[in-house]
Amino acid sequence: MSRQPAEPLFLARQSYRRRRLGDAARLVPVLGIILFVLPVLWSDAARTAGGLIFLFTVWALLIVLMAVVVRRLSARVEGSDAPQDLDEG
Amino acid sequence: MLSFNALVLICLVYVVFLFVVAFAVERVGHKGNAAWLRSPMIYTLSLSVYCTAWTFYGAVGYAARSGLEFVTIYLGPTLVMLAWWVLLRKLVRIGRSQRITSVADLISARYGKSAPLGGLVTILAVIGTTPYIALQLQSVTLSFAVFQPQVTDAAAGLNSTALVVAAGLALFTIVFGTRQLDVNERHTGVVMAIAIEAVVKLIALLSVGIFVVWGVAGGPGDILRAIEASPIETWSLQPDRWVTLIFLAGAAFLCLPRMFHVMVVENSDERHLATASWAFPAYLFLMSLFVVPIAVVGLAVMPGGANPDLFVLTLPLEYGREGLATLAFLGGFSSATSMVIVAALALATMVSNHIVMPIWLRRASGGATVSGDVREVVILSRRLSIAAVLALGYLYFRLSGGGSALAAIGLISFTGVVQVLPALIGGIFWRGATRIGAAAGVMTGFVVWAWTSFLPSFGEAGPLTAAVFAEGPFGLGLLRPHALFGIEGMDPLVHAVFWSMLLNTGAFCIGSLLSFPNPLERVQGAAIVNVFRLSESARGWTGTAAEAEDLLLMAQRILGSLEAQNLFEAEARNQGKGGYLPDVTPDFLERLERKLSGSVGAATAHAMLAQIAGGTSVSVEDLMRVADEAQQILEYSSQLEAKSAELGRTARQLQEANQKLLTLSVQKDGFLSQISHELRTPMTSIRAFSEILMSDDDMAAEDRQRMSSIIHDEAIRLTRLLDDLLDLSVLENGQVVLNPREDTIEAILDRAIQATDAHPAIKIRRMRPEEDVVLYTDSDRLAQVFINLIANARKYCDAPEPTLDIKVRDLGGGRHAVDLIDNGSGLPPEAADVIFEKFSRLSDSTAAGGAGLGLAICREIMARLGGDIGYLPGQGGAAFRVTLPRSAPEAAAAE
Repeated sequence: MSRQPAEPLFLARQSYRRRRLGDAARLVPVLGIILFVLPVLWSDAARTAGGLIFLFTVWALLIVLMAVVVRRLSARVEGSDAPQDLDEG
Repeated sequence: MLSFNALVLICLVYVVFLFVVAFAVERVGHKGNAAWLRSPMIYTLSLSVYCTAWTFYGAVGYAARSGLEFVTIYLGPTLVMLAWWVLLRKLVRIGRSQRITSVADLISARYGKSAPLGGLVTILAVIGTTPYIALQLQSVTLSFAVFQPQVTDAAAGLNSTALVVAAGLALFTIVFGTRQLDVNERHTGVVMAIAIEAVVKLIALLSVGIFVVWGVAGGPGDILRAIEASPIETWSLQPDRWVTLIFLAGAAFLCLPRMFHVMVVENSDERHLATASWAFPAYLFLMSLFVVPIAVVGLAVMPGGANPDLFVLTLPLEYGREGLATLAFLGGFSSATSMVIVAALALATMVSNHIVMPIWLRRASGGATVSGDVREVVILSRRLSIAAVLALGYLYFRLSGGGSALAAIGLISFTGVVQVLPALIGGIFWRGATRIGAAAGVMTGFVVWAWTSFLPSFGEAGPLTAAVFAEGPFGLGLLRPHALFGIEGMDPLVHAVFWSMLLNTGAFCIGSLLSFPNPLERVQGAAIVNVFRLSESARGWTGTAAEAEDLLLMAQRILGSLEAQNLFEAEARNQGKGGYLPDVTPDFLERLERKLSGSVGAATAHAMLAQIAGGTSVSVEDLMRVADEAQQILEYSSQLEAKSAELGRTARQLQEANQKLLTLSVQKDGFLSQISHELRTPMTSIRAFSEILMSDDDMAAEDRQRMSSIIHDEAIRLTRLLDDLLDLSVLENGQVVLNPREDTIEAILDRAIQATDAHPAIKIRRMRPEEDVVLYTDSDRLAQVFINLIANARKYCDAPEPTLDIKVRDLGGGRHAVDLIDNGSGLPPEAADVIFEKFSRLSDSTAAGGAGLGLAICREIMARLGGDIGYLPGQGGAAFRVTLPRSAPEAAAAE
């Protein structure tokens, strides 16, 4: 990211961002569960063609979302030497 | 049509190609520049062992039968991969820090390196995986059969094909899976071969899909219209099955031995997981993208009796695309072989580490230094296990007849393997999970699964009869395999998953809550649950019993002599020693155990080390006993400290007393010389004058008078001295007789001052009104005290105009004190201590004219009278306080 890890003033903000990215990484599967289980609520008149389009769109969306989160997360993790496991505590 | 022999040749070439790749990769890996072989992409592709022949062929069949439901098999793993940050990251970290070799090893390591639990999970995995291997053999043979429809004796041909395939796979797995006993249990060659196969099957399926969408149909729009017109257009979504299947697929993705192997054991870098978290879902996405189009077109184009499971092959053949069909065949072949290879490898590791090694170790219980090379035993047991696992798969294939739909076996197998899930997830997130709970959960789940899913899968001709299905065993309706506890109408799969997981988790939780973990379990539980906080597990060894040489001997047998020697040499160097034998520290034992567990599993490694180290693994009881001892030592030392402080105080007191005695002794010596001198001076003059008087008869009467008067004076002085000594002696021995009577302080002081008139003048200031206190005491003795003090003041007060203040103070409680304060320079502090002692004199000044007995006599008198006398510091001059006896009325009343 644009911020230099050498700036102590921004270190706190950076680790804060990293933790929130970890939270995002936690939330993506929750979103996935909700979206993948959503068809259960549809009426009996559900069509395969529509379901196909819905499921694959959602699927692609989740993949892209995760790719973005992972990209930013690894940039953060590699950008600072701090261990990435602090948020596990 | 492609000839059968040509197909076999293609297969052989493909397999040889895989052999070569695997071999070359291992060569490169040994040279050390294998970094690019361990890229995130290779890791992601290796995860594709999830996509077996069942998914390659079976998914289309599944879609042709049940529409979109097939996609749940991919959605579950997608969700698990998306949850990598919470779940997989921890699993991989645990796998690396504990050097886990399999899912059974993880369970065993988590629950106190329990060998029985590892064995139990292994058996479950073997039973759950065998049908799945059979399934792969079946799919390969079926796909072979597609290319030779003219052969009539299908069954015999199929069986021989399956046998050849099984043997070939066993060979590949043995060659590349057990080449060396790797401490990391990683197989670069195998992983690379699997990654290539992953690419092949993806390309194959995509090619068929593209051919179907753009070659057969007229593009995506056309396909959507075809779907709308197809029999699977109505999406009869069953909510319970939908949710259950997503859960089941996700859980199986975690628990399947082969998935655990590629995901955790073969993982070389945690960061690969981050890439795989989106890349593997993308792979699954692509694998399933064309499944519905192929199914729909197949249903529309192919004749009614065609097997939908084989549409991927038969559709291209129908349109005369033999090349495409061959590619599809290779894709299916790849799917089957990669799954079988990894599954066989993972199962063989489990079987050899958790069943063969513990038994071998028990049999050879003469210590770990038993004869024979452990390495050879492990590798041999692995090889035999691989062969046995594949033989079992083949046997299952032969016995089951290979008839039923592919997907059904796959789901049954999933349900069986998933029984490990509660113990696995509970183990890595819940410290309270115990071995008893895990065993209870796994066994309960296993029994329920066998009863509701596995045994019924053989049909009514199998071990369960129609009567059992209808009425339950022995007529117990509550235990009907498809209606447990009398709840009917559930889908059989949902029924089996629901009850097995519910009862499994229940048994796991209750077992964990009610049992108490042993010390090693608690240590391991903490190390695994808190893997991100504790980089090292808690210490497990106290190393004095183990001999470095024995350890080296054992390590050589497991790791190979060169690696073991390198390890020991490096360790010795770290400790600053030369040679190959480091000190056996707990640290070293810990590291060695990890290293060994990478080869033979946690439980076995622990057991082997325990044999050499004499089972000196520290228990919590040991720790507590040590802590107790430390506490006792602490208490004892604090007691000692208190005692020594007391001794110190006593010593100081003794020292003070001694100092005082020494001072007194010096004073006594001084007094003796003084008194000798005092006695000698008058005696000398008495003797001299009396001699003169005796020898000189004609002396003038005047002179005689003067001399005899000097003799008389000196005699009086001697008498006074002796009187004082006698007086003191009498007082000290308590032989004095007191004559108490009523008198006022004023009268007593008057007499005292009168008696001291002869001395040099000192101005005496008195406060007469205050002196009107009536005492009942021996007033003569008291007056003697005052005389002494006033005389002292007269003698010693060094002020130019000596003044003595006499004050009477009311101390309350009927007690009075008389302070006598002069305006001299007072006494030095050290003198205040000794002035009341006998023979004490402040200086050799002869001005005193006394023998230093006065104050001692005063003190004795006051003690007899029931009062006190003390030096009063800080009054500007020498000050003495005479605390008087109680005043008259009270004293009288008391008597």
